[in-house]
Amino acid sequence: MTAPALPRPPALLGRLVPAVVLVVIGLAVVAPWALTGADPLAADPVDALAPPGAGHWLGSDHLGRDVLARVVHGARHSISIGVAATALAVTCGVLLGLAAGLSPKWLDEALARSFDVLSTLPELLLALLVVAITGPGTGSVIFAIAVAQVPNYARVIRAQTFVVRRSGYVEQAVTFGRSRLAITGGHVLPNVLGPIPVLATIGLGQAVIAGSGLSFLGMGPQPPAAEWGAMLSEARNYLRVAWWEALFPGLAITLTVVCLTVAGRRLQRRFEGRTP
Amino acid sequence: MTTYAGPPSVREGLGGSGHRPPPPGPLLAVEDLRVSFGGADVVRGLSLSIAPGECVAIVGESGSGKSVTARTLLGLAGPGSTVRASAFGVSGRDALAFGPADWRRLRGRFAGLVLQDALVSLDPLRTIGAEIAEVLSVHDVVPRARREERVLELLEAVGVPDPAARAGQRPHQLSGGLRQRALIASAIAADPQLIIADEPTTALDVTVQAQILRLLAGRKAAGTALLLISHDLAVVASIADRILVMKDGQIVEEGPAREVLTTPAHDYTNALLAAVPSAASRGTRLTTGAPRTRPTPNPSAQVLAGTALARSYGSRRVVDNVSFTLHEGETLGIVGESGSGKTTLARLALALLDPDSGRISLHQRQWSHLRERARRPLRPRIQLISQNPLDSFDPRHTVGRLVAEPLRLPRARRRARVLDLLDRVGLPPETAARHPRELSGGQRQRVAVARALGPRPDVLVCDEPVSALDVSIQAQVLDLLADLQAEYGTALVFISHDLGVVHHLADRVLVMKDGRVVEEGDVREVFTRPRHPYTRALVASVPRM
Repeated sequence: MTAPALPRPPALLGRLVPAVVLVVIGLAVVAPWALTGADPLAADPVDALAPPGAGHWLGSDHLGRDVLARVVHGARHSISIGVAATALAVTCGVLLGLAAGLSPKWLDEALARSFDVLSTLPELLLALLVVAITGPGTGSVIFAIAVAQVPNYARVIRAQTFVVRRSGYVEQAVTFGRSRLAITGGHVLPNVLGPIPVLATIGLGQAVIAGSGLSFLGMGPQPPAAEWGAMLSEARNYLRVAWWEALFPGLAITLTVVCLTVAGRRLQRRFEGRTP
Repeated sequence: MTTYAGPPSVREGLGGSGHRPPPPGPLLAVEDLRVSFGGADVVRGLSLSIAPGECVAIVGESGSGKSVTARTLLGLAGPGSTVRASAFGVSGRDALAFGPADWRRLRGRFAGLVLQDALVSLDPLRTIGAEIAEVLSVHDVVPRARREERVLELLEAVGVPDPAARAGQRPHQLSGGLRQRALIASAIAADPQLIIADEPTTALDVTVQAQILRLLAGRKAAGTALLLISHDLAVVASIADRILVMKDGQIVEEGPAREVLTTPAHDYTNALLAAVPSAASRGTRLTTGAPRTRPTPNPSAQVLAGTALARSYGSRRVVDNVSFTLHEGETLGIVGESGSGKTTLARLALALLDPDSGRISLHQRQWSHLRERARRPLRPRIQLISQNPLDSFDPRHTVGRLVAEPLRLPRARRRARVLDLLDRVGLPPETAARHPRELSGGQRQRVAVARALGPRPDVLVCDEPVSALDVSIQAQVLDLLADLQAEYGTALVFISHDLGVVHHLADRVLVMKDGRVVEEGDVREVFTRPRHPYTRALVASVPRM
């Protein structure tokens, strides 16, 4: 065995940059005060729309609030909406997919077709429909995004379930006289979860976009809460005079999603390259 | 390429290579061939020469380096390989100096390659006619206008019925035997002087195997040299002039076929020959040759019986009116070719599948007609060992957890029982912490045996339990099964396509064809005096040493 050679610079870069960005974002979620001393809600009309400089590194918004502080503190809102929505979607998706994969044919067909119907609608549109029914608020945004994403997970889990339930080891477990429930919990469930980490990483990025999108439309956390989508929404009125107010939250969203997707794809390649 | 006098005529092409001026000396001669992959030596100092019209066989178990040798001889050792030799002559030229283009000109034209699995060797998107025509066009064997005609002649020459229709079909539309023929047709399309065949019959049924061997023998008679790679001494026995026995990258024995088979000089060859289960090895241990004690079947204690079983998939009858009985301590062999319904019968016996009609009783009580809930407590009475143990293991579990799964014991006693079971099948206790993926094929099958024995079943259904194993490992597993049967008096249902294995192990046998039992009875009676024409054909197809 030869020692593994150092990755070539681009490969290293592709691995390092997303990792660093995700760590910084994680820090912003957990401990925003470590990154900025300013209060995201403290308005100072005298200092409104100040360009990036020594006083405000990333400038100030139309109410004179520090943009850096708002972007950093906004991570908590935006990311937690994404994480909560993804967690909810994964849980429901796995349960529904498993149920479909193990159900009698008619029930499976019904569930599968309803996943199909849900996935024909664009995610954001579907989420918007749900929010229109439930009303605005952080909770309903989470619920709406989860509903929109459930089919992605459910379809994959259903397909996995088909493979696993026909596998030799499930059949063997039947010959041991184990009950359906024991086989489902002991063999089927653990073995269908394989693709979930990859899907959830990529899905988290999508959920962050969707969350910001809904907030942009005023469906999410209400002002003056700092949230990336909501910040963009407020900033768009000042785009001509203060580009920084819109640029930095937008950049935060983009970086988060790109890095999550890159990390997810990398996981996926690792996962698929793995010998079973 | 001065040895070739131009494209041979059609008649010459099919008739053989007699019209060509024979090259001086051997077609292929290699001295001290060494092939390594990333520092690991796979072939370590192999010398080989093949004369025109000669058939040389390399026999060895998996990992012996025989396939790598075959590929290296055609310049296909693969990426990451290092090939060295003190002399490497192909068709009178020095192959050590060959570049990729030289090898390409040689392949197909000088030597054709036939691989084990025709399904992966043939392009699934192309018709077999196109596949063969490609060889013809690459080597410019016949003028374009005659190509199609020549393809049909080649298919006919390898015994493909109705060549015109078959040429338009794709690999998946053909049976295994026809696919292998098509592959051979493409290998001989450019009328090579040498055919290298790597396990050409391993995936085939025994009757088809016999046909392919006859076909290869026909090519040899026509003057083509053959290099045959096989794990099976019996397969090469009928056709090879010389046999090379390979182990760990080296030739351990070499000589005329008769000599190697009848008076082997090397211990390894001896062990290989002794390990082959057959009529002669009945009642003995394959690994030591010592006699073994057989349990006496108890005719009054019927453990499993099936009556008039039938099962269809769609409109196809897979099992049709099959009845059988199995007594305590008895071994019932079920033989038949692929698609004969053996595995479906096993699944019916295990109640993994319900029969469309007929019934199965376990210990003379309802079995096939029970509700699953009522069947569960009885399930440990009848256990399964499948062909591919890895498929039957949850990929996330360790050996210890796998073996413990069917045990209904308190946690405290479970571990001791697992270690005891592993010990019974000859595995060290450390194995319990390992994953089956890290084990060899033989060890995996031992784990499967240990797991199946855990619940102390009365019936063990073995579905091709040794067909994926090397002959020496197969011998160990067969001995293990026989020992355990003698110890526990377990009744065995032993499904195999290998008549030798069944003859070695079974008391009675069912011969299945197209879902029906065509013959049944005492195994010695059926195999030595077969009454049904199909049984006769099967028995006649078994290659003999």
